[in-house]
Amino acid sequence: MTTITPDLAQPGGPFDTPADNYLTHTHGFWSWALTLDHKRIGVMYLTATLFFFFVAGVFAMIIRTQLLEPNGVIFTTEESYVHYNQMFTLHGAIMIFLVLIPAVPAALGNFVLPIMLGAKDVAFPRLNLFSFYLYVTGAILAILSIILGAVDTGWTFYTPYSAQTDTAVCWMVGGIFVLGFSSILTGMNFIVTIHKLRPPGMTWFRMPLFLWSTYATSIIQVLATPVLGITLLLLIMERVLRIGIFNSEYGGDPVLFQHFFWFYSHPAVYIMILPAMGVMSEVVPTFSRKHIFGYRFVALSSLGIAIIGFLVWGHHMFPNGQSTMLATIFSFLTMLVAIPSAIKVWNWLATMYKGSLWLQTPMCYALSFLFNFTIGGLTGIFLGALSVDVHLHDTYFVIAHFHYVMFGGTLLGFMAGLHYWWPKITGRMYNETLGKIACGLVFIGFNTTFLPQFVMGSHGMPRRYATYLPYFQPYHVMSTIGAYIQFVGFALTAAYLIHSLFKGEKAPANPWGSATLEWACTSPPPHDNFKHPPHVGDPYDHSNLVWDDSVQGYVRDNRLAEPYTTTTAIPHQAGGHH
Amino acid sequence: MTTIAEGHEEPGHHEHPKFLAHHFDTPQQQFDSGKLGIWLFLTTEVLLFSGLFCAYSVYRSNHPEVFEYAHLYLNKIYGGLNTLVLIFSSFTMAWAVRCSQLGTAPAVFKIPLGKGRHKVLFSVSNQKLCVVLMGITIVCGAIFMGIKGIEYNAKFKEALYPGYYYNPTERPGEVGKVENTNESPIAVKPITASAPADAPPLAHDANGIAFEESRVPRAAIGPQGLNPQWESTEAARDAGEDIVTGHEVGNEPKNVQIFFSCYFLMTGLHGIHVLVGMSLIFWILLRARKGEFGPEYYSPVDFVGLYWHVVDLVWIFLFPLLYLIS
Repeated sequence: MTTITPDLAQPGGPFDTPADNYLTHTHGFWSWALTLDHKRIGVMYLTATLFFFFVAGVFAMIIRTQLLEPNGVIFTTEESYVHYNQMFTLHGAIMIFLVLIPAVPAALGNFVLPIMLGAKDVAFPRLNLFSFYLYVTGAILAILSIILGAVDTGWTFYTPYSAQTDTAVCWMVGGIFVLGFSSILTGMNFIVTIHKLRPPGMTWFRMPLFLWSTYATSIIQVLATPVLGITLLLLIMERVLRIGIFNSEYGGDPVLFQHFFWFYSHPAVYIMILPAMGVMSEVVPTFSRKHIFGYRFVALSSLGIAIIGFLVWGHHMFPNGQSTMLATIFSFLTMLVAIPSAIKVWNWLATMYKGSLWLQTPMCYALSFLFNFTIGGLTGIFLGALSVDVHLHDTYFVIAHFHYVMFGGTLLGFMAGLHYWWPKITGRMYNETLGKIACGLVFIGFNTTFLPQFVMGSHGMPRRYATYLPYFQPYHVMSTIGAYIQFVGFALTAAYLIHSLFKGEKAPANPWGSATLEWACTSPPPHDNFKHPPHVGDPYDHSNLVWDDSVQGYVRDNRLAEPYTTTTAIPHQAGGHH
Repeated sequence: MTTIAEGHEEPGHHEHPKFLAHHFDTPQQQFDSGKLGIWLFLTTEVLLFSGLFCAYSVYRSNHPEVFEYAHLYLNKIYGGLNTLVLIFSSFTMAWAVRCSQLGTAPAVFKIPLGKGRHKVLFSVSNQKLCVVLMGITIVCGAIFMGIKGIEYNAKFKEALYPGYYYNPTERPGEVGKVENTNESPIAVKPITASAPADAPPLAHDANGIAFEESRVPRAAIGPQGLNPQWESTEAARDAGEDIVTGHEVGNEPKNVQIFFSCYFLMTGLHGIHVLVGMSLIFWILLRARKGEFGPEYYSPVDFVGLYWHVVDLVWIFLFPLLYLIS
């Protein structure tokens, strides 16, 4: 394992730049399968999530194609409508549990978190690998469930139907149970890493904001996911042993299942969105060439979202037999969560204000995030308001709102992060022109798909139906066309990203001029990340980064700021340069 | 389990003890990380059980009569014995952790004779004592599981299954005595001992005659407090009659199966945790035998010990909640 390489002088600073990197450090299948390197584990997660993103995307295409005609295009007989139920269930379950939850924290987070922090690895590298294999196991169980009788309950697995249907609920739910533990262990690992592995000088308020949001996410993962675990275990018991905990026939209560489920699944949407918000907080200052506006507010609003996010689950059940008092409290708390979310959005806007925007692909995705997430957030107020929700509950309005937050927010944030860190991860530059075209296609396609669904939903189109009244057809057709446009956009993305792996230009250490620590390493980073504790400065101070034509990237010009050294002395407080 | 990684020692780096993983700077940092990690993990364990405790609270407040009635099926002697066994095992485990911290230093057992004098009984290396104490802890875990097995077995014999399969033939307090009470007017007539797998559940009326229950979801009927049967039980209680064993009313409340759902799920999940804890202690025991632990490095013993205490603590809550009702 030991490779000693001489430290080469590099214009990027006196960081160790060994001749090999984490990709070339060791070779062979087992060097990946048994790796303890957080970067390789991150890459494996990334590959897996992208694969499942494709699978779930295919299910989405089937759903949208079915809905081109009022009586259905693919599933046209009454007996085949159950297959439609299976399609939307698989789309939802795979997207949520196999893509959105691990995409940013487990895939991108695993790769960049320790480097951003200035650590050599996460606190528990073996646990990290174990957690990846739990993910793989859960994914295999989920795939088996598709083969053994695809689940048709919807991704929420509401009882009593989920306890009665003949489809392979146990396999899917068992898979998600295992995935949950993968998520818990990742969260634990990140919390301990951030608490205990910060190098000298990396104070809490000098951490890049991506770390703050990942930290908040990890807290939710650790505190909410066990409740999902026991809920799903009870559901399995319900099916296998007929224990009746969620079955009113035996004195049980189906609404209890909903409480349990949403106690996890509402915080889970913050597991999904918070890391994407973290990506935003990195991309927006970098491509605006400005210091982040309101650092502490952005940092603490992540924790605010995490805490309030635990207290709002009841808003999923307004019409489902809650007391009016309880519903009112949940409605109020739901409104409350808008405050920290809005703090973030306004701070990103203020960061861009009078900045010099550099519209590279990551920034294009970040702008798309801002636009879509704002629509998603504002329509959330409709759904959080008690009386309006009674009308909109279980309609396409909910579908549209959810996709604006989860797709327009999380996934576009993930795309921003993927493009932002792609040169760092692979050491290659992707085709910038194609990247912008694809981003445009995704943005236009996305809005074409989901804007009509708000209208449909408010006109009464219920969710999860294989057929609909002819009145809704124009909206559905528009929606489907948008979905096809998105598919083209993502196919293009896949094409140029794969192309870049083989033919892309070599990436410089710092192609975007970012000031966080991962850009001080070579691209791709060396096996050990840092041989000496790195010098920690202000993560959003771009003032001494200048473009160098010879490396086609940014380098630090030490004449422009304080001397850049590897000393471990603690520099003065962050934010002092502005 | 994560504290030692295949390190790649770098020449010129400061002294790296064997147990120190490459990405930590000091043993203290590694220990602190592990400690925070295990506490976070234990939090998730508590939250895993919290779902069950929550379900228990909901059903106990919805059906208090069920819990008062059904808990009499449980054997307090066995439950109490198990509580003592687990508390004792926590003591041996905590002692083992202390021994691992002391390492090879001798542990001296002595009898005080007063006036500052004492008689040394024997002395043994703390490392060896640590192994012995962990062995005792594992044996305690096994005794616990054994007693639990006896209890489960008794429940299965009486068809005290959770949910759908709940179908006992005898009353609590009369288990094993039903033959002698041939005159008792309230002895429940044995219903079919094992229901066919897809048959609807059988309920019994006030005279103990089995009938097929309606398939209408129970939620539509309303809380049990409004159930006439419950009211009659209430009236009996007001009249100072012994509801459960009282040979005056003795109606079995509805939904007793929900108690056994809670009972089997809670004790079952706890039992799995005991088994996991025993395996972990066994693994640590083997490592302790090789002399891996000492004053510098004892975190695995410490962390497994913490896990064992939490498993113990969960039982401390389960025992009164399930066995000591009313």
